[in-house]
Amino acid sequence: MEKRKNYTVSVYTENNVGLLHRISAIFLKRHINIESFTTSESEIKNVYRFIIVVKMTKSGVERVIKQIEKQVEVIKAFYHRDDETIFQESALYKMKSSALFEERHIQNIIKDSNARIVTVNTEFFVIEKTGFREDTEKLYKDLAPFGLLQFTRSGRIAVSKEKMGISEILNTFKNQK
Amino acid sequence: MKNKKISGAEAVIHCLLNEGVDLVWGYPGGAIMPVYDEFYKFQDKLKHVLARHEQGAIHAAQGYARSSGRVGVAIATSGPGATNLVTGIADAQIDSTPVVCITGQVPSHLLGSDAFQETDIIGISMPVTKWNYQITKASEIPEIFAKAFYIAKSGRPGPVLIDITKDAQFELFEYDYKKCNGIRSYIPYPEVNDNSIDHAVKLINQAKKPLIVWGQGVILGNAEEEFKNFVEKSGIPAAWTILGLSALPTSHELNVGMVGMHGNYGPNVLTNKCDLLIAVGMRFDDRVTGDPSTYATQAKVIHLEIDPAEVDKNIKVDVPVIGNCKESLQMITNKIDKRSHKKWISKFDDLMKIEFDKVIKSDLSPNKKGLTMGESIIAINEFTNGDAIIVTDVGQHQMVACRYANFIKSKSNITSGGLGTMGFALPAAMGAKMGAMEREVVAVIGDGGYQMTIQELGTIFQLQIPVKIVILNNDFLGMVRQWQQLFFDKRYASTEMINPDFVTIAKGYYIDSERVNNRKDLKPAVERMIKSKKPYVLEVCVEKEDNVFPMIPSGASVSDIRLD
Repeated sequence: MEKRKNYTVSVYTENNVGLLHRISAIFLKRHINIESFTTSESEIKNVYRFIIVVKMTKSGVERVIKQIEKQVEVIKAFYHRDDETIFQESALYKMKSSALFEERHIQNIIKDSNARIVTVNTEFFVIEKTGFREDTEKLYKDLAPFGLLQFTRSGRIAVSKEKMGISEILNTFKNQK
Repeated sequence: MKNKKISGAEAVIHCLLNEGVDLVWGYPGGAIMPVYDEFYKFQDKLKHVLARHEQGAIHAAQGYARSSGRVGVAIATSGPGATNLVTGIADAQIDSTPVVCITGQVPSHLLGSDAFQETDIIGISMPVTKWNYQITKASEIPEIFAKAFYIAKSGRPGPVLIDITKDAQFELFEYDYKKCNGIRSYIPYPEVNDNSIDHAVKLINQAKKPLIVWGQGVILGNAEEEFKNFVEKSGIPAAWTILGLSALPTSHELNVGMVGMHGNYGPNVLTNKCDLLIAVGMRFDDRVTGDPSTYATQAKVIHLEIDPAEVDKNIKVDVPVIGNCKESLQMITNKIDKRSHKKWISKFDDLMKIEFDKVIKSDLSPNKKGLTMGESIIAINEFTNGDAIIVTDVGQHQMVACRYANFIKSKSNITSGGLGTMGFALPAAMGAKMGAMEREVVAVIGDGGYQMTIQELGTIFQLQIPVKIVILNNDFLGMVRQWQQLFFDKRYASTEMINPDFVTIAKGYYIDSERVNNRKDLKPAVERMIKSKKPYVLEVCVEKEDNVFPMIPSGASVSDIRLD
């Protein structure tokens, strides 16, 4: 049996309302669970970038990449192993303000974990931590005993070590015209 | 046309005319009425055919596209009108048929309000369309239509859906049409790589026991001539998938028959004996490969394919040749040695003899009393001289028709292959006839599938579309019954049908019709049907519990094909 691994799928697309649905449907059709999914405008104006994290076999992710690229408004899709990308996640932790003053230990936890206090008011304060999953998870474990009002973690954002060459692809098209 | 303002609805008509469309299939309703109003005004330039159900309209558009090679167009209203198209869209997607579907939508300010006949057809159709788009402003119409037609027909063809809100149909704007000839994120015709050609040529020249399996890509790429040249110069026996059928004449000496679940004995068994498998415009469907882990594992595989996503999808390929096969076939043919493979081909002949003795003889010249599906197909061959377009539905009759029908010209076999949509044939046949009026179109349908879209007799009657309809009636859902017999200990759960009088029903639509029960009456009846210039329904009552063989049981290896 081929082993399943974490893959970061990066998809460059045109700016189109339905594409999110179209791309997620490709995973749905194959009963593949998406671990995380983020999208934003890329380094090129009006070109969007999806970052999708999935646990799949290599041959499985290769097939899915081709199905994604087949979509008319997808410019290019890539997949990378964790060691081929630079990736991060962000997490926010909301706690009662009283805890910050009553439990001196919290301030040490924040300092040791390189986290940042985003806001403080009389009722609550919010801590932000960016890093690997293990980092945000460790902070969660450390803070949980003091009572978390809310916790949320972003999907993975990643850039690849290899070149993507999207501008070149778009230029080739322009030159053909 | 510039500077003069027209409505979105009128623009839809101009877009269709600009794309060379002269026939659309559809069904009106509230959210599409402005466009229908324009159909009325433009009826001398653009023919609209009223189907009796939107599924009929879309299958007709598919049949039209498959017989003519042009883009089929189907139009429906919002809500149920749109959802009734979905089966046909899915069918067109999996069988790569170029169709453009137009649906009306509730006015844009009501989107998301659960308005009357509102449905999210964009969301629903997304996984089964090559592309879809919702238009909410009239000014988007020209560009989106140009894109839609370009996408539907280019590269690997497929269905496209355009949803237009009612307010966009009413809105006035300045119309200007530019044809689309490229989209920067879309590569319909990947360039053929010279190295892959050289690699393929080397393998072909070295092969001792090569086998070609071709699919619909040959037809969709208009590559019949290039394919024939390749087959003849290489001297390699060639077998077809169900959708590839008719790209090479049945009688061609290198045509060795059908692969797959009910294909011929020789090409299936020898798939697992060949040393080189050359797949041309086909996608290794599971009905073709059986168990993929035992499929042609001894052979090197070359795959000529326009859609990169099909390469290595189901079967690992040694040499992918990505691109339009019209181009790559010619490049390969130019470079290969002229050869013949007499000894290897004689193996196909030997296995054909076995198949003939065990299966074909009793199918075509039965000594039992009841009529067989096989002899009905042979009778059709006789009176059409093998020159008809044969449209089939799904099930036993489909397999028998594909096995025994004769073909001379390409684009003559129209069937629902990938999706297996019962109810496809009757509407697809009327579409196929309208797409090729000069040709004889014979629909061969089982009694089950016939009743799924039987209402289209109304369309056929109203327009007097001269299609010939043959119902092969065994009073069973025959293919399911066959599986129940073979794999479920003859527990015939919900497969026996007490059928109505099909002749009376046809006559209710004022369509000529007759029924045949006896062998002596078969040929004269088929002859009367073919000679008729009008639509005609012929019911042939066949043996109730005949089975289709050969058969590769589901999940078995192609070489474990059963003859009984």
